Amino acid sequence: MKANTDTTLNRRTFIKVTSLTGGGVALGLYVGTREGRSQFGPPPPAPTPDVYITIKPNNRFTIIAKNPETGQGIKSALPMIIADELDVDWNQVDIQQADLDPKYGRQIEGGSTAIPSNYTTMRQVGAAARAMVLEAAADLWNVPVDQLTTASGVVHGGLGRQATYGSLADAVSRLEPPDITAVPLKDPADFKIVGQPVPGVENFQMVTGQPIYSIDVEPAGMLFAAYHKCPVFGGVVESANVDEIRALPGIQHAFVVDADPDGSGRASGVAIVADNWWVANNARQQLQVDWDEGPTAVENTTRYNEQAASLSSRASEAPAGGGRGVANIGDVEAAFADADQVLEAEYYFPLLSHAPLEPMNSTAHFKEDGTLEIWSPSQIPGLANPARSAGIENDAATMHLVRSGGGFGRRLYSEYDIEVAAIARQVSEERMEAGLPTVPVKLLWTREDDMHFDMYRPAGYHFFKAGLDADGRLTAFRDFVPSVASVVPANEFPRGFVSNFMANSIPITPFSIPTGALRAPSTNGVSFVMQSFIDELAVAAGADPMQFRLDLLANPVPEPQPAGGRGGRGGGFGGGGFNASRAAGVLEAVRRMSNWDAVYPTMGNGRGIGCAFQFAHAGYVAYVVDLTAEGNGQIRVNNVWSAVDIGRQIINPSRSRNLVEGGFIEAMSHMMDWEITIEGGAVVQNNFPEYQPTRMAHAPSSIEVEFVLSDNSPTGLGEPSLPPAIPAITNAVFNATGERIRRLPMKHDGYRWT
Amino acid sequence: MPYTFTVNGTSTTVDTPEDMPLLWVLRDVLKMKGTKFGCGVGACGACTVHIDGRAVRSCMTPVANVSAPVTTIEGLSEDGSHPVQQAWMELDVPQCGYCQAGQIMSAAALLANNSDPSDADINTAMNGNVCRCGTYMRIREAIHRAAASV
Repeated sequence: MKANTDTTLNRRTFIKVTSLTGGGVALGLYVGTREGRSQFGPPPPAPTPDVYITIKPNNRFTIIAKNPETGQGIKSALPMIIADELDVDWNQVDIQQADLDPKYGRQIEGGSTAIPSNYTTMRQVGAAARAMVLEAAADLWNVPVDQLTTASGVVHGGLGRQATYGSLADAVSRLEPPDITAVPLKDPADFKIVGQPVPGVENFQMVTGQPIYSIDVEPAGMLFAAYHKCPVFGGVVESANVDEIRALPGIQHAFVVDADPDGSGRASGVAIVADNWWVANNARQQLQVDWDEGPTAVENTTRYNEQAASLSSRASEAPAGGGRGVANIGDVEAAFADADQVLEAEYYFPLLSHAPLEPMNSTAHFKEDGTLEIWSPSQIPGLANPARSAGIENDAATMHLVRSGGGFGRRLYSEYDIEVAAIARQVSEERMEAGLPTVPVKLLWTREDDMHFDMYRPAGYHFFKAGLDADGRLTAFRDFVPSVASVVPANEFPRGFVSNFMANSIPITPFSIPTGALRAPSTNGVSFVMQSFIDELAVAAGADPMQFRLDLLANPVPEPQPAGGRGGRGGGFGGGGFNASRAAGVLEAVRRMSNWDAVYPTMGNGRGIGCAFQFAHAGYVAYVVDLTAEGNGQIRVNNVWSAVDIGRQIINPSRSRNLVEGGFIEAMSHMMDWEITIEGGAVVQNNFPEYQPTRMAHAPSSIEVEFVLSDNSPTGLGEPSLPPAIPAITNAVFNATGERIRRLPMKHDGYRWT
Repeated sequence: MPYTFTVNGTSTTVDTPEDMPLLWVLRDVLKMKGTKFGCGVGACGACTVHIDGRAVRSCMTPVANVSAPVTTIEGLSEDGSHPVQQAWMELDVPQCGYCQAGQIMSAAALLANNSDPSDADINTAMNGNVCRCGTYMRIREAIHRAAASV
């Protein structure tokens, strides 16, 4: 999940052209070795292209979209970059979703990495293709290339000469491709597509209900499967009444699937297969299973909480050995002793489920020849585990990437591919034994399955202590984290801006709940606790919270020696190269946009404004939130100002604004209602009534977004927009009411949306 | 057992259990995939269709109870020309897009009864439709835009 700012260095990149039968030319981009190939097994015998542009005789251009699409807009963003350098119009472009294939390199949607890791390469591809078209035209008219111009997929040569790219395709196919790194790129001021609000490429299909999602995939003859797993994590089936289930009307297959913990990672369960999914799933009501629940059955949230409270007595212990993920700079204890004021505070945020609106599903066909074809919505598609689950070699499996109804990190884990692979094989074997043809099978989870079997955002217990001097300056900052796979903010601001900083962690045991990345994984909870406690410090110092942050950012404190604990995951001081001036830039922008200096002194008595900023996944985002507290815990977000620095170029401002608005709305869900708790080793919450997402009536009146264009490589926005929204709201609650929010979700403290 | 009802103007007969929800009849029997499954308990609105012009959660509607014409997202217009569909495209509302068929059906039912809804009207009519990606700001704007062109 690390964010690269430039991955084009040290790559051997070249283009190869192929003449197409029936006219036209395909340009394939070949990129040298890179990370991520190992998951596909040995490298392919001959190099194959990563990206294709096809120029057709009718002057239309097909561009392959190589990454999975979950709603973040990458299906248009990467082709937009190519098309702009190629100098064609967006309406001349057809986009084709790539299948999973090693030839496309890294095909992952996650970590807001698609833009930073592809931006320059995509520009070079488009520019190199245009250079070849120009060379073909120069040869045709026998004029120097520098006398030619292009526009809208047409080369102009003066004297009324012009030629469509499509008419030059054949000539292009006979040219020697240029050195991709030597081709001049456009001046970004001349971009015609990049930077324009380009609508989603499948909006028409969406608003007319066409079958474009993974759940809609239905190859001919397909059967539908439900998969019933032990609610206790790690529990396995001992026995089940599958013979009775198989005898129910409409049920075609019912069988136990064994756990495969050391191979594909598959969980044990009972598969029920029918002509339609409702019948298959409904049969679960008649299912009787004896489970071996295993050791996790003793775990519950109350025990985690009790252990965290008990461990907090060790909050002053320095980290042993200075290992990764902890920090100990200066001498916090001595600084606390010298401080004019010492503040302590306990913060908490819970486990979260991702809850994308499309429940987990996948479709697979195990065929007579022993091959497996999968249609997957995964954000991190891979063949190894599904192939292993089906008991076949990787090269006997193929995978189509299908659009999914939301990712948020959930589809970075692909159990549904693994489960459907085993189910599809068993169904096909049973059918072949009965002399029937094999058929595809769709596995679909219920919403309850989705909530019970997630990879949850880890909870966070934070025991803070900080010291201020007589002038209100921060002299020491300490965070102690009893950990349930938690993020320890060892590299987070204010590290680097305070002389004494310590972050330490001791694990809570046992903790066996599966955890994973949720949108902005390293900071989605940590931003709440850090930016809230910073706010407490500002208030204690008698300072304006906006100015307090800016003053800290303006006064970096060099660290005495390279300390342990560097290398955070994307966010953070040491891990991703925190730049204080970019953080200050977004804060200054929201200060201006919100008229903070005039408004802040007038707040209180039920109206408040709050601010927060966060560096996450290479981006900088600050919010100011204006909020009304109406008594009885009812709160309403009125207006929101957001400033975003993700580099010098916004690829698609329509999508980028949508991602900021969506990040804010998601943060409201995290803050008010979302919480996963554990009892008896299983998840308590079942469905949306116990896990309420933000709804229309809660949405702010306005969310104003400004992009601060800094001279840095463009980076992604799927994640950075979320984390600081939470503390901006909770800090506004404090400003309005005087009540400091130190625990999420807020519903437990009597709050609700107006 | 057989049930006969009208879907998007066409009389249709299906042979299913009586308690099978309309959602699954549409998706798995009639192979109309536009209506989406999100929660199965009427809490997210992804499965919204019109029955007799009213916005209804098809996941909570047993097929045996369907006694009036059904309109799904596929039948809202022949060509995506309904003002709500047009406004959704003009304002580039969707992110993942999965909820939007249900959002559009709720919005179309609202506008059929109220040609100039206030923000409060929109809140009431749309509060049962979850957008996990958080496109509410644009949905609200798109409903106002569609209202202006109805």
